[in-house]
Amino acid sequence: MPATQFSRRSLLQGGAIVVGFSLSRALPVAAASGTAPSKPVALDQVDSYLSLERDGSAIVYSGKVDLGTGVRTALTQMAADELDLPLARVRVIQGDTALTPDQGPTYGSLSIQNGGTQIRAAAATARRQLLQLASERLGTPTDTLATRDGRVIPAAGGEGIAYADLLKDGHFSLKLDKDAPSKNPDAFSFVGKPVARLDIPAKIYASFTYMQDVTLPGMLHGRVIRPPAIEARLTSVDEASVAGIPGLVKVVREGDFLGVVTTSEWAAIKAAEKLSATWSKAETLPEQSQLWEHVRATPVVKEDITSNVGDADGAMANAARKLKATYDFAIHTHGSIGPSCAVAQPEGDALTVWTASQMTHALRTQLSAMFSLPPEKVRCIYVEGSGCYGRNGHEDAAGDAAILARAVGKPVRVQWSRADEHGWDPKGPPTLIDLAAGLDDKGAVTAWSSQFHIPMGAAGSVPLVAATLAGLPHETALAPGNIVHNSAIPYGFPNVKTVCRRLATTPLRPSWIRTPGRMQNTFANEAFVDECAAAAGIDPLEYRLRSMNDPRGIEVLKRLATLAKWESRPSPKGDGREAGGGVQTGRGLSYVKYELYRTYVAALAEVEVERSSGMIRAKRVFVVQDCGQIINPDGVRNQIEGNVIQTVSRVLKEEVMFDRSRVTSTDWASYPILTFPEVPEIVMELIDRPREKPWGAGEPSAAVIPAAISNAVYDAIGLRLRSVPFTPEKVKTALQRT
Amino acid sequence: MGESRSLTINGRSHSVSPEDPETPLLYVLRNEFGLHGPRFGCGLGQCGACTVHIDGQAVRSCVIPLSSLKPDAKIVTLEGLGTPEAPHPVQAAFVEEQAAQCGYCINGMIMTSAAFLKDKQKPSEAEIRQALAGNLCRCGTHARIVRAVQRAAASL
Repeated sequence: MPATQFSRRSLLQGGAIVVGFSLSRALPVAAASGTAPSKPVALDQVDSYLSLERDGSAIVYSGKVDLGTGVRTALTQMAADELDLPLARVRVIQGDTALTPDQGPTYGSLSIQNGGTQIRAAAATARRQLLQLASERLGTPTDTLATRDGRVIPAAGGEGIAYADLLKDGHFSLKLDKDAPSKNPDAFSFVGKPVARLDIPAKIYASFTYMQDVTLPGMLHGRVIRPPAIEARLTSVDEASVAGIPGLVKVVREGDFLGVVTTSEWAAIKAAEKLSATWSKAETLPEQSQLWEHVRATPVVKEDITSNVGDADGAMANAARKLKATYDFAIHTHGSIGPSCAVAQPEGDALTVWTASQMTHALRTQLSAMFSLPPEKVRCIYVEGSGCYGRNGHEDAAGDAAILARAVGKPVRVQWSRADEHGWDPKGPPTLIDLAAGLDDKGAVTAWSSQFHIPMGAAGSVPLVAATLAGLPHETALAPGNIVHNSAIPYGFPNVKTVCRRLATTPLRPSWIRTPGRMQNTFANEAFVDECAAAAGIDPLEYRLRSMNDPRGIEVLKRLATLAKWESRPSPKGDGREAGGGVQTGRGLSYVKYELYRTYVAALAEVEVERSSGMIRAKRVFVVQDCGQIINPDGVRNQIEGNVIQTVSRVLKEEVMFDRSRVTSTDWASYPILTFPEVPEIVMELIDRPREKPWGAGEPSAAVIPAAISNAVYDAIGLRLRSVPFTPEKVKTALQRT
Repeated sequence: MGESRSLTINGRSHSVSPEDPETPLLYVLRNEFGLHGPRFGCGLGQCGACTVHIDGQAVRSCVIPLSSLKPDAKIVTLEGLGTPEAPHPVQAAFVEEQAAQCGYCINGMIMTSAAFLKDKQKPSEAEIRQALAGNLCRCGTHARIVRAVQRAAASL
């Protein structure tokens, strides 16, 4: 290998060690120049995903990143198995625009399903090529060779050849073959096993470097001062108000963007607090008490018909019995425990940003547009931050850091405050759903019709706050995520029409919160199916099974019934009257086939409802999931537990509060989430299908929780809750109406 | 620079001269001493991510001004609690139970539990949940965290 090659490769490794392993507190600047080192990143090249090192290790380059979900461990398992390497000799570099292929944002429960499958295919292609190269070198057919422990070895014996020695210049220079034969699942050493998370010890012993811990030599600290009202204009800034703060470097104003840069973090906090500025008045938000009227009155841009079977309108007209209901799901925040943070370093006309973004490639595109820089002059490097449950504030903090760093010509770290995070992260939009069903004289659904009032737009890039405030180039389209999913239903009713009415606007900047759309839509669908079952006087499990023909879906429901000792009977449990002690109990189930083509989940919630206070307690939640081939069962369990608890919190407690100008729920007191004493017991069963595709597990189980709780409350007290969150006030109001 | 103050952190004496004596302990630990165990979560004492021990008590370092610390206060951070070679039983139990997702809150969970278990032998599950009621986790790792504290309690 020529010397120049070594130096290029060591540069790559320098970045690799920092980003992948976070061994070092201070990141070496040399390894992270805005000018990208030349490494293949094209999606169709094996070298883009994989590098076999001379020390016998492999580096996996993943565009998908670990958001605290354990994906790095799972990807390591998949690559190690396919390459016949021990886990300890596989490293994963994540989300570095200079080094990793653009495998798309880390969202939609696709990291394993898409990202992992691509990496697996790259490794399988590589393994086949290594066997071929060894066959040529040894003059023996490939079927007399095996791969083991980083070497190609003759089956007859002998020490064989190390992988790296088979590659001329360390490269495969080979197209990825997505059909390259993957290993027989029976031969997996790691896939399917509860391998311990690679990152957990460092997190427990405080040696893990989170985004919030990144420091650079000469780094300054920044904070932003957001407008007191959305769309307020900055009319004046009194810099004298902060002149006395030691360590103040600069007050940065660009349009309506306002920030401070200081030498210490505390000085930045104080300066942001004390900086006196005047803003115009703005009242652009609707009255919160009129939110649903506002949503209903918002202009509809288009209608997406997500399913249309038979003649729903005709069948509805002829139905023996008709049911109608309206469901709503409040505006929610992501609520990461660590507010967003980023470090930006300008270097001439280049820009490097360290970010916990779930989509570093898309962020690079946004930053290059924002500053009119060619994309190759912008490098975004992923560093894991506090848990990320969708597009939260990480990208925005990167935009803030970039503006401030360019203003002072030095690296700047921006740390959002708690109020910045709660107030300015993009929100899960309000969702309003009208449903109608027609039943025949036996109670079976003959017609199903629904309208989802949801903002227009899909995924894409959410406009950066800094670019918007500063008047720099930015997107203008709404990007709430692919929220039409699971508006159609997994039941074979004869006449079905489901329509998404796409609204021109929504009150707060929207984005995808975990299980976007699927959670809100499944809430309405699965609770309304329960309403139909109750109207028919039929056991809700039986009612669902009668309209299903998907064997995998049927199996999760049947296994759930066994796991939770389902007692076959219609809901509600009693006559709705108080059973004694003022507390009534109930059980409710819910089912989803995620996006109607993948992961199957069924859940059952057991709740207590205290009539006097209106308090609902989720006591126990049972979950059965089939996500195909399971890479790491403990990782899947961890994700399901997380989904259950986070969604119980959303359903029982959470609602973004706002006045006509701004979000007012800007801390954990005004936006409470579930606490330890309120957390349900979780019982689950996983169905592993090692020969099927590995489907997503990070989101689907959140979809079934809201309806399971609504159905359980109905079972307990005979009252239907259709408005998330199910606060004690709403329960009491409902009880008083009866 | 401001007046010099002495601090005992993880068993070693240090001297710091903050520009502002009202600087909360959290920023001093993180930025002056590179101790990243305690984390910034809210700056309001609401979430517990910044928890450290002062004289054995679990406290929220984001709302403790340096000026309020007694000169002989003994501060322990997650780094000082234990190491992979000599883990505190609570740390060992968290690894054993794989009790983390993003792990951002875990410092607070471990530091709060370690202080709690010092005073409370054989706690019930309800007592553990109550002891952690003021610590927020968003990933939904609560069940594992409770199991880890139970495991640690059994080993103490």
